[in-house]
Amino acid sequence: MEEKLFCKGGGCTAKLGPAVLERVLSKLPKPTDENLLIGCESSDDAAVYQLTEDTAVVQTLDFFPPMVEDPYVFGQIAAANALSDVWAMGGTVKTALNIVCFPETMDLNILGSIMTGGSDKVREAGASLVGGHSIADTDVKYGLSVMGTVHPKKIRANNTCKIGDQLILTKPLGVGLIMTASRVGQAQQEWIDAAVRSMTTLNRWACEAADAFDVHACTDVTGFGLLGHLREMIQPIYSAVVRTDGIPILDGARYCAEEFLLTAAAQRTRNFLKGKVRFAVDDFALEEILFDPQTSGGLLMSVPQEQSEAMLKEIQKLGLPCGIIGSIVPRMDCDIIVTK
Amino acid sequence: MITIDAKGKACPLPVVEAKQALSGANEGDTIHVLVDNEIAVQNLTKMAQQKQCVVSDGRTNDGNYYVDITKGAQTDKQTDVPVSCAPMNGGKTVVVLSSNCMGSGDDELGRALMKGFVFALTQLDTVPDTVLLYNGGARLSSEVPETIADLKKLEEAGAEILTCGTCLNFYGLTEKLAVGNVTNMYVICETMAQAGKIIRP
Repeated sequence: MEEKLFCKGGGCTAKLGPAVLERVLSKLPKPTDENLLIGCESSDDAAVYQLTEDTAVVQTLDFFPPMVEDPYVFGQIAAANALSDVWAMGGTVKTALNIVCFPETMDLNILGSIMTGGSDKVREAGASLVGGHSIADTDVKYGLSVMGTVHPKKIRANNTCKIGDQLILTKPLGVGLIMTASRVGQAQQEWIDAAVRSMTTLNRWACEAADAFDVHACTDVTGFGLLGHLREMIQPIYSAVVRTDGIPILDGARYCAEEFLLTAAAQRTRNFLKGKVRFAVDDFALEEILFDPQTSGGLLMSVPQEQSEAMLKEIQKLGLPCGIIGSIVPRMDCDIIVTK
Repeated sequence: MITIDAKGKACPLPVVEAKQALSGANEGDTIHVLVDNEIAVQNLTKMAQQKQCVVSDGRTNDGNYYVDITKGAQTDKQTDVPVSCAPMNGGKTVVVLSSNCMGSGDDELGRALMKGFVFALTQLDTVPDTVLLYNGGARLSSEVPETIADLKKLEEAGAEILTCGTCLNFYGLTEKLAVGNVTNMYVICETMAQAGKIIRP
């Protein structure tokens, strides 16, 4: 391979920790525009601004350093990850702009491959790539700024789950562990291939498959891992029970956790959730998988129990490992309980 | 003592290098790992504990961190203090109000009976230790003036009044709770499990 990227630990593992972020963001003044349906008050995936009675704009952006060596694949993953936030809100993607950091001395063909990967995913999303902004930098970073639309009554907020709901996760966990193992030469090629297939799959398809059902709440699982994002869904009146047998996990992820190929991001989330999660099972590797930062992870949807099996069948047709990972229960002693 | 300088190296490299050194070390050998951030210390500690090693950490003079891992030296995993399962003599008296109606038949009658029951509780020689309110019972501590007044009397007399938070939210009564505190299912379950006597009208 002549076109290779150097990976220092990219993708969503490069995110700042939730504790740091919360401390800084809490000091900024809050916007007061009443057309802002979803802003920074909730820790939601994207901002939603109402324009007319039946149209709201969804706005989001995401970019990060490479976590795979192939620049075209990196472009695909970064784009799929950035676009995902619009689908997490239940919206439709309309336009996207490139965000590029690239060293002046590096081979421009690499940048071309990255942007081709991004462009291909934007087209698959049914949207238009309409420009962008590039900065000369010491390291490569790529992502998108994305605009979409949603009907104001069909917004899927992340914190509106109801008691008794089942939680469906549409992609397998473990991409952070496997890509970290890959960086130190300890991942098998088929593990990497499966992780890449998951990361390059657009959440568009899971979002649209869910249209036939009453999704009470939805988020996408990214840098804060399953538990970090699930915790954002839980209002203080409820708790979530995560059942270990329903969790979709990539082949090799458990091995990587048992070999301690751990990211700093997972540990930061573990620290942040201290006292908020209780493990009723003694399984170190599983804990690491549940904290594992996911680049371009799946959608986590809270749906009425009577619809969950039917919806899972539709999501299974998309071809990725997925599952019912738990449920919303009356308030217990902490936010999340992980049990058999 | 084997020293590994993993300063400036991102996770998981410090752990990978320490693990490699451990596998070549003898029982009782100590690996001294230098890192430049606390998260790396925590990841090294997790690895060492999983591998049943003794682990300690601290700051170095130059502001960095060290983690000392001694191979296979941890004595048996700490055993938890055994939980006493002996039946409780006496134990607490817990009143469980799971509806705003007492008995089944006619709900109008049931609501009147429940008001009477909560009033009667205030007249007992010994007040109950705890009153748990859930489902329709949540209305009694938030919506019904007569029962609110009586529950306040019980609280003054030393009873703990606990209403299910999930239930208050369900009925839109969260803001209206007038007496006692909000509780969760874990506490409800624990209180009932440890009660000496449960009274359910």
